[in-house]
Amino acid sequence: MMKILVAVKRVVDYAVKIRVKADKSAVETSNVKMSMNPFCEIALEEALRIREAGAASEVVAVSIGPAQCTETLRTALAMGADRAVHVDAGAAPVYPLSVAKILRAIVEEEKPGLLILGKQAIDDDCNQTGQMVAGLLRWPQGTFASKVVLDKEKQVATVEREVDGGLETISIDLPAVITTDLRLNQPRYATLPNIMKAKSKTIKKISPADLKVELRSDIEVVQVTEPPQRKAGAIVSSVDELIHRLKDEARVL
Amino acid sequence: INTLVLGEHDGGFVKPSTLSAVTAASSISKDNSISILLGGSGSALEKAVSHAASFHPLISQVLVADSDILMHPLAETWADLVHLLQQKSGYSYIISASSSFGKNILPRSAAILDVSPITDIIQISEPHLFVRPIYAGNALCTVRYTGTDPCMMTIRSTSFPIPSIQADSNHDAAPISQVDLSIFNKEKSMKSRWLKLTSQETDRPELGNARVVVTGGRALKSADNFKLLEKLAEKLGAAVGATRAAVDAGFVPNDLQVGQTGKIVAPELYMAFGVSGAIQHLAGMRDSKVIVAVNKDPDAPIFQVADYGLVADLFEVIPELLEKIPQKK
Repeated sequence: MMKILVAVKRVVDYAVKIRVKADKSAVETSNVKMSMNPFCEIALEEALRIREAGAASEVVAVSIGPAQCTETLRTALAMGADRAVHVDAGAAPVYPLSVAKILRAIVEEEKPGLLILGKQAIDDDCNQTGQMVAGLLRWPQGTFASKVVLDKEKQVATVEREVDGGLETISIDLPAVITTDLRLNQPRYATLPNIMKAKSKTIKKISPADLKVELRSDIEVVQVTEPPQRKAGAIVSSVDELIHRLKDEARVL
Repeated sequence: INTLVLGEHDGGFVKPSTLSAVTAASSISKDNSISILLGGSGSALEKAVSHAASFHPLISQVLVADSDILMHPLAETWADLVHLLQQKSGYSYIISASSSFGKNILPRSAAILDVSPITDIIQISEPHLFVRPIYAGNALCTVRYTGTDPCMMTIRSTSFPIPSIQADSNHDAAPISQVDLSIFNKEKSMKSRWLKLTSQETDRPELGNARVVVTGGRALKSADNFKLLEKLAEKLGAAVGATRAAVDAGFVPNDLQVGQTGKIVAPELYMAFGVSGAIQHLAGMRDSKVIVAVNKDPDAPIFQVADYGLVADLFEVIPELLEKIPQKK
């Protein structure tokens, strides 16, 4: 039966109010709560549900980044992933093209029937990695999925996608890449027994070099700044005053 | 330098977001030959092609990919088409709007071409220096592209106005050229198939491009009450938006969601009713020109970004607005 590979990213927790470093080099990430990217939680949840429905035999979680990624993988294992792979890429940022090449190498090794990822990470908001691995592998892609139905016999996935004008439905042959949108599912919490159980599951550590992927980048971050702040305007006292000011002052009515 | 703009069209017209991508392309350099690619088939494609060809002198060429297999925006075929065009013409830039079409296709083609794409650009500072929001717009990141051609990017259409049409718009129409799709039509087995698109049929403008947006939050309390907002939208010629909380409560479908995880809008007038102003919502509308907030709670964070705030019950304010706002023709 097929295996599902899920990529999970460690990011600044979504509830943290982020701060830009004084030297404008990046957003402050030291002494800040880090968590699994919320879209990746949805990706993992979907993989677990597919396995629980009997359409997959194993869910493997992979994370690429510094040593602390093992914490994120431990969470994935506690949620229910069977095992994990940590690609230790050191502290330097790894851009989506390199991430995609690393994932391609792991796919070639693990040979999953599905690769599921979040549609984007809430730190760099790139929304690229899933599409890029799919392109490298020449696999079909179902991005921004809000519903996934697998046909085990035909080896086909029907994917409902959130697009600008509504919902699009496509059908893709397996193996395929799916990226998840918010509406797909509500991820579970790891229970205490499962957190305990996760401690005995394995996290295999490898390096990009082991996968014969050279980390290079054709993008350079020049600076990170605060966005311009909006000033609070006037409080109006009535609907009449509001209409008057929108008409005569702002001239938008 | 030459640029390929991946075009989208609807109802025989090039979409406004694609025209914004043309503006972005033209801001890279004055000396930029801009080709716009349109795919599909039938009379809708024909009409869109003539619209593109005559729309603005900035467009130097219209490339037509006329094939049934391009009728629907499947990433696999479109990415292969982009690959084919890049091999043929060696573009310096490939640009699309960061619509669901562009976000789906452009990164896939970039990987096939072995370059890093840049998502959601809001400013082009130098030919290879761009500004893009990160952390849902809570920070801005300036990035330099140091790779080989093509430099591939998606642009946020609200940051690049549609090129204005001069009064003496009798410029020569841009040449139209057919893309040779012979290798495509002999297509190998297709690994993906388009089945359907379900959309909310409406006469109102599309949320992403509307001049006026009225948005409701959880305080609207029900799907029925959103109808009140729809009436106001009709009167203003506006699109209706919603917060994630309102979507999660099931009042409206998700494609109305404005915010970090929904649509990014920047209309001339944004009116928020019963919206508290969560960070994730502000990320989707902070670039609106004029923001109006109506909320019972005087401490709602939305008032900190509103140009005009009214502390009042929306269920009293909306009917009064409906009565007093002049009808849009």
